[in-house]
Amino acid sequence: MSRLEVSALAYGYDGRAVGRDVSFAVESGEVLCLLGPNGGGKTTLFKTVLGLLPALGGTVAVDGESVAGWSRARVARALGYVPQAQLGLFPFTVREIVLMGRTAHLGAFATPSRRDEAVAESTLESLGITHLAARAYTEVSGGERQMTLVARALAQEPRVLVMDEPTASLDFGNQVRVLSRVRAVAGEGIAVIVSTHDPDQAFACADRVAVLHGGTLAGLGSPEATITPQRLRAVYGVDVDVVTLTLADGRRVRTCVPSLDRA
Amino acid sequence: MSPETFDALSLSVRVAVLATLANALVGIPLAYLLARRRFRGRGLVDLLVTLPLVLPPTVTGYYLIVLLGRRGWLGAPLYAATGWSIAFTWYAAVVAATIMALPLLVRTARAAIDSVDRDLERAAYTLGRSEWRTALEVTLPLARNGILAGLVLAFARALGEFGATLMLAGNIPGRTTTVPLAIYSAVQTGEDQTALVLVAMLTVLSCVVLVVANRLGARAA
Repeated sequence: MSRLEVSALAYGYDGRAVGRDVSFAVESGEVLCLLGPNGGGKTTLFKTVLGLLPALGGTVAVDGESVAGWSRARVARALGYVPQAQLGLFPFTVREIVLMGRTAHLGAFATPSRRDEAVAESTLESLGITHLAARAYTEVSGGERQMTLVARALAQEPRVLVMDEPTASLDFGNQVRVLSRVRAVAGEGIAVIVSTHDPDQAFACADRVAVLHGGTLAGLGSPEATITPQRLRAVYGVDVDVVTLTLADGRRVRTCVPSLDRA
Repeated sequence: MSPETFDALSLSVRVAVLATLANALVGIPLAYLLARRRFRGRGLVDLLVTLPLVLPPTVTGYYLIVLLGRRGWLGAPLYAATGWSIAFTWYAAVVAATIMALPLLVRTARAAIDSVDRDLERAAYTLGRSEWRTALEVTLPLARNGILAGLVLAFARALGEFGATLMLAGNIPGRTTTVPLAIYSAVQTGEDQTALVLVAMLTVLSCVVLVVANRLGARAA
């Protein structure tokens, strides 16, 4: 069992806090969905959790131990990071990008070993993108790039996976594919924290939801209890109905229906 | 070529090469720190490094005497301990050229490092690379052309240094007389032919250096 615990975290740039008093925890096998409007500080929060920005207060702990003072390599073996897929500057192959996920497991000046290559291959396989391995990262589609970055993070063999809006700028099919991988990754015993600005995605894949608004947590709990019309009104400033649907196979799902004429 | 001319030329090249090496050792880490770190005294370090660019070289030279001369802040204890002083040796010419060239390297290299996308460094960090390794393997290679252009400029500056060198190293023929000082002496004593040869050599060398620096700078942009 692994556990990422963020306690009373204050974060921001150059000593100026954009968020404070943020506390939550994620455990193995669990998906925590971080909801919030664009520009609401989700990326800044993640950068602080990952140690890319110094925390202005509070702690980030993995399995009860604060990560402050850990080496980059030790952090990378605990926390895998999936950034938003960007266009990529260098024409590395997909396989090479995934192999970079092994960086934290290499010795001082070692090159990747057979075992590192095997981990990269099996990660590609588990995500169903082995056929992309030899293609240039700069030439595959947006959805394929995002899958490559998920594979890279999984090749780190982390205990916690941090994903920053992995579905942003993806088409509908790729959004669904990425979300199904998010669930599957949690099923393998990794603690997953994923940010999104789409509450329906939280209904689709989250065990728990944290709502980040105005630099602090405006809600934390089960998707049903947390994603309410009142809270969506407060966070996004629009009127939304949250409805429960019964599917043909008997499953009951929730979804958000915005009302455009009251927006 | 007269022996004096040859001495001046070989000394100038030696001084410029050593000053450029010293610049690389001190200036590249300094440029990285100024570009990437926020530390106490950062503004002061920036000011001190840049000052030789705007002060008259004789003023910089005067400060160097105050610091390194036989009765200087650092020079006096050194003289007391070893009976040796750096002033009026050719090492002094290297020190003067290094200090005078440093702002050119640091400013150019810093601009090149500033233009490296920090997300590339962050990617290295999230994959587990230390800041030190990331600087060596990601940042500095991407800033390579700007850094090289800065080193070329520093070399040119070191080669042409006059004022601070005269103050700290003096103008001792065969020992501290670099090409710029030899030109001054030649003109003073009416050896126009010698002056012309030295002037032509420095001009050609400087033109070559400028072209190289521009090429590197253009590739960096």
